[in-house]
Amino acid sequence: MNAISAPPERAKIAVKNLDFYYGKFHALKTINLEIPEKKVTAFIGPSGCGKSTLLRVFNRMFELYPEQRAEGEVLLDGHDLLHSKEDVALLRAKVGMVFQKPTPFPMSIFDNVAFGVKLFESLNSADLDERVEWALRKAALWGEVRDKLDQSGSSLSGGQQQRLCIARGIAIKPEVLLLDEPCSALDPISTAKIEELITELKNDYTVVIVTHNMQQAARCSDYTAYMYLGDLVEFGATEQIFFKPNRKETEDYITGRFG
Amino acid sequence: MTTGELLLKQADLQAARKAKFAGRKFINQVALVMSLLAMAFGLLWLFWILLDTIVLGIGGMNWTTLTEMTPPPNDEGGLANAIYGSFLMVMLAALVGTPIGVLAGIYLAEFDSQGWLASVTRFVNDILLSAPSIVIGLFVYSVIVFRFKSFSGIAGVVALALIVVPIVIRTTENMLQLVPAGLREAAYALGAPKWKVILSITLRSARAGVVTGVLLAVARIAGETAPLLFTALSNQFWTSSLAEPMASLPVTIFKFAMSPYENWQKLAWAGVFIITLAVLGLNILARVLTRSKI
Repeated sequence: MNAISAPPERAKIAVKNLDFYYGKFHALKTINLEIPEKKVTAFIGPSGCGKSTLLRVFNRMFELYPEQRAEGEVLLDGHDLLHSKEDVALLRAKVGMVFQKPTPFPMSIFDNVAFGVKLFESLNSADLDERVEWALRKAALWGEVRDKLDQSGSSLSGGQQQRLCIARGIAIKPEVLLLDEPCSALDPISTAKIEELITELKNDYTVVIVTHNMQQAARCSDYTAYMYLGDLVEFGATEQIFFKPNRKETEDYITGRFG
Repeated sequence: MTTGELLLKQADLQAARKAKFAGRKFINQVALVMSLLAMAFGLLWLFWILLDTIVLGIGGMNWTTLTEMTPPPNDEGGLANAIYGSFLMVMLAALVGTPIGVLAGIYLAEFDSQGWLASVTRFVNDILLSAPSIVIGLFVYSVIVFRFKSFSGIAGVVALALIVVPIVIRTTENMLQLVPAGLREAAYALGAPKWKVILSITLRSARAGVVTGVLLAVARIAGETAPLLFTALSNQFWTSSLAEPMASLPVTIFKFAMSPYENWQKLAWAGVFIITLAVLGLNILARVLTRSKI
């Protein structure tokens, strides 16, 4: 696709001629895209358009499934992460991910947050306590769980579980946070809390969010990419995409004439 | 359409609905009654067995049953050596079989769920799972007992472990497969290595199910007679040497119940009572463990 203007900010992630296949199915077609640093970038588009697929390339999540493969380049700070010799675990420490459904681990709230930290750092217990508190505060969950850190993570409500997953993701201090429809299973109050959190997070992190909710994309993202059937149709500042889209397809989707 | 016609139409619709609903209700009741009868039929035998076990078993139960050795015919005695032998062989078989079964189950579920080795393993495991236990007993007889020219406790342990392994493999694999893929992905997304994901996340989520599988396998081998007949045989005396023939409750029950001596028959019932109680306890434990799931 043409006419994709690169944002003025420094690119944290640069996607170059990326093609993606599920077996024989060509799911992403020569995607070119630059994700600006410390901004929120939203991927929108109808189901099956490749938003989540693209997101899962950024932390090489797709490699868990042998029939899935990516071709092209994805540069993280200028280094191709697809063909890197570095262990994928180290990439995932830099590029964190929160999923659609809350996935608390079968352990206490504290251990849920400490799990990832312990993988990469040898903190003494005071430092670990501090880090867990920091992450839970960042995820706007500390006040609700400070007295029950030893309880099971699954004892929390859905919205709290999702914030726990976000706390778990930021506890290891990644540089990029990928959010795959993080609010689709949540009620409006929890959604509002998480959206607030996303706005807060971009001070420190580059955030990429996949969402089906137009208003959400409009509310909390700086840049928006509209995808359709594996193509990146349009990418630009969120205001421009929502108010002056360059392409008819984008406008139709956003205004609900198609979707 | 006039209001009158409309009302008439609605009345027709109501009548049709009622007729259809009555039919459905009837079928529902027939199915319910048949289900209840089937349940009652099954429970009848179960309670009969339990009742007989308790009534006849409790008569043979007293302190000497637990402390004395198996007696000669028409003499006083107990089941101490048989209880000990059963306990020892079942424990050892579980200790040997569980790690093998759990590790193989992990391999099948986490490492090679689609590969040819997994398919072959699964197929062979299913055969082993459904193999009559007497076949396993005969196999161990020819491999161990025949070669070393002696019945032995160790041969009994091997035979029982061979029954434990396929059960544990099957339950472990099934339980691990029930763990949602999202949970695994979430752990990988944090940069966890595979062994850590399996140990801390998947196995931990599935632990209640895995433990239940082990307990049910233990319950199963606690009552197995055929594999022990050819392997551990039996022993009138107390022995803790696994190289010697070893007494066990099922074989002792088999021997004593078939005998014409009244004291032996009484002890056989006491043995049945002890095994039933132990198996019941294990099943309840398995239930409790699956319920208290995180």
